[in-house]
Amino acid sequence: MNVQASSDGESQVDYTHSPWLDPSATPFIQIKNINKQFGAFTAVNDVSLDIYKGELFALLGGSGCGKTTLLRMLAGFETPTSGSIIIDGVDMNGIPPYERPVNMMFQSYALFPHMSVHKNIAYGLKREGVAKAERTQRTNEILEMVELEEFAKRKPHQLSGGQRQRVALARALIKRPKVLLLDEPLAALDKRLREQTQFELMNIQEKLGITFVVVTHDQEEAMTLATRIAVMDKGDFEQIGTPAQIYENPRSRFIASFIGSANLLDCAVTKRDGDFYSVSQPGVDQPIVVEYDGELAVGANVTLAVRPEKIHVEKRSVANSSVAQGSNQLNGVVKEMAYLGRLSTYHIVTDSGVLIEVTSPNQSRYRDGNHPIDWDDEVTISFAPQSAVLLTE
Amino acid sequence: MAASDQLTGPWYARITGAIHRNLTSLIVGIPFFWLLLFFLVPFFIVLKLSFAESIIASPPFTSLLDWSKGGFPEIAINTENYLYLIEDDLYTKTFLNSLKIASICTIICLLIGYPMAYGIVRTQGTWRYIFLLLIILPFWTSFLLRVYAWMGILADQGTVNDILLYLGLIDKPIKLLYKPIAVYIGIVYTYLPFMILPLYANMEKLDSSLREAAMDLGANPVSTFFTVTLPMTLPGIIAGSLLVFIPATGEFVVPDLLGGGNVLMIGRLLSSEFNANHDWPVASAIAVVLLIVLVVPMMLYHKVQAAEASN
Ligand SMILES: Nc1ncnc2c1ncn2[C@@H]1O[C@H](COP(=O)(O)OP(=O)(O)OP(=O)(O)O)[C@@H](O)[C@H]1O
Ligand SMILES: [Mg+2]
Repeated sequence: MNVQASSDGESQVDYTHSPWLDPSATPFIQIKNINKQFGAFTAVNDVSLDIYKGELFALLGGSGCGKTTLLRMLAGFETPTSGSIIIDGVDMNGIPPYERPVNMMFQSYALFPHMSVHKNIAYGLKREGVAKAERTQRTNEILEMVELEEFAKRKPHQLSGGQRQRVALARALIKRPKVLLLDEPLAALDKRLREQTQFELMNIQEKLGITFVVVTHDQEEAMTLATRIAVMDKGDFEQIGTPAQIYENPRSRFIASFIGSANLLDCAVTKRDGDFYSVSQPGVDQPIVVEYDGELAVGANVTLAVRPEKIHVEKRSVANSSVAQGSNQLNGVVKEMAYLGRLSTYHIVTDSGVLIEVTSPNQSRYRDGNHPIDWDDEVTISFAPQSAVLLTE
Repeated sequence: MAASDQLTGPWYARITGAIHRNLTSLIVGIPFFWLLLFFLVPFFIVLKLSFAESIIASPPFTSLLDWSKGGFPEIAINTENYLYLIEDDLYTKTFLNSLKIASICTIICLLIGYPMAYGIVRTQGTWRYIFLLLIILPFWTSFLLRVYAWMGILADQGTVNDILLYLGLIDKPIKLLYKPIAVYIGIVYTYLPFMILPLYANMEKLDSSLREAAMDLGANPVSTFFTVTLPMTLPGIIAGSLLVFIPATGEFVVPDLLGGGNVLMIGRLLSSEFNANHDWPVASAIAVVLLIVLVVPMMLYHKVQAAEASN
């Protein structure tokens, strides 16, 4: 969001990159109290969600949490037990898949094995009754976009996994749908190709301006791709927000541990000083100070969550001079250490017996190959009151 | 392990290698032996017979090798039997009629069997297995017995006529038995499972997401069927059709029992040449021609498929 000074001198907010903050914008996809039962089993439990035009929205969650079910309801393959879905102002209730302005890229790609790449991609246009000349031209255009021109005549089984993925994408994009649904679009690709394709997907989405709804169980993928993420658990949305919001302000223990990793400590509030709360674990004397802008009573049970990379670690001998004023400071011993090149991960047991995970970037080069902090070293860890969050759920 | 290793490696590797190689040839050998014993040998006997001459003796045919001149035997090939099949138009007519009946029955089986197989595949849970069992169930009683049952059903005082009379739709029995319709009914009834089972096997493997993808791309149910489901089930259609068409062409029991003498079919003609006329060579010639008529299209089909697979 940028705040710009407009010509008449008034300050005006530009919402092009964050339409969900614009109070006057109408959502492009409205999911209203959707519920889906399979027999007695509730796959999607009364969820509501607004997605705005041009968003790349990610549905993130573990296996079986209902992501695919929700996506299939958007595509029209499943009928909601109750609730309604509105796409671009039209209630989708009772509209069959072949009349919806959405296209889907299937998890298994679902390419037609008896058709060539060209025929697969042109399929949607042919059903629409587009004339042959235009069909060929548009297919060739999109083949060029996904860099598959020389594979046009091949059958799907003669392609590599990455090429098939691009055919599936091209086939779903050719009708220029209002919404593109992608069910784990990159799951079948290896890590390197996946990362490369993530950026291609983002480029294509930006170029065509189509609203994407992506299902994924890979949180890193969701963070990379999405404008906003809805984290699902057991058929429910746990939290909806931008990647940074979800990462920095997790709403619950589930989110904190599902997105990235976090040290979670069960604590009770012992003291309050404005927005600064002192919390401590049962049986541990030393309080931890956390800045929190909510209301908590003294004595309330909370979970303290602090991300491993927000904790500073140093050898105890050099620590005292460098720890910032007002930081929480704990002494401990390194029990495990993993050198990962870019950064190192430490498992540190504090003097009060709590296991804390810390990651720290390896900013200077260890020319002799020896790590400055090693197993069994006595260390001091510290983090600012703003670096931790308190969770009540 | 490559063959060269097995010849040069340590003694135990050579032994296990030898066992391994012999086991492989055994596994390949059994079906080969089976084919040789139960298909090729009888076929060559029939082929040999078809070039013999019919005589009144036991066995009722001449030998191909004539030892009478002494020394080296002469080969006496007699093409009379084949010429006879061409000259007497009874045989051509019967062949064509058999092919016609088999074709029509195959199409009817397909039209009935396809929706049935599709329905079974779309059924969930226990019912699917109950339906499948019902398809296979008739095989548990003798085929002959079932054809006799059909005689009872189709006879003038049979079940069909009884019901139609009772309902008042007709006032005197309609002739069904010993008419072509009885043969059609009998063949369709007999071979329907052979159409349904390969179709079922094919459709069960069909990925339902393909149909969904078609619908997603704007194909309504009808066009989804013709652009995706039908082409994807083509292998099942071809397998089922061959399994119906081939035996139906040479069918003997159904035209004999349900058609009486009124429906010309090659299996029946072959049997009467063999049993009533004792003309084994002509019967053999019919059998050889029948085989060629049925095998050639199959080989062509295979060739087309192989060509398609390779490009
Ligand atoms: N047709 C169905 N009948 C019965 N239960 C179903 C059906 N489809 C899905 N479910 C159940 O609904 C739940 C959610 O399924 P869904 O496919 O939406 O999960 P998902 O979040 O996509 O998981 P994954 O990441 O493994 O793909 C699962 O427990 C699943 O067993
Ligand atoms: Mg899924």
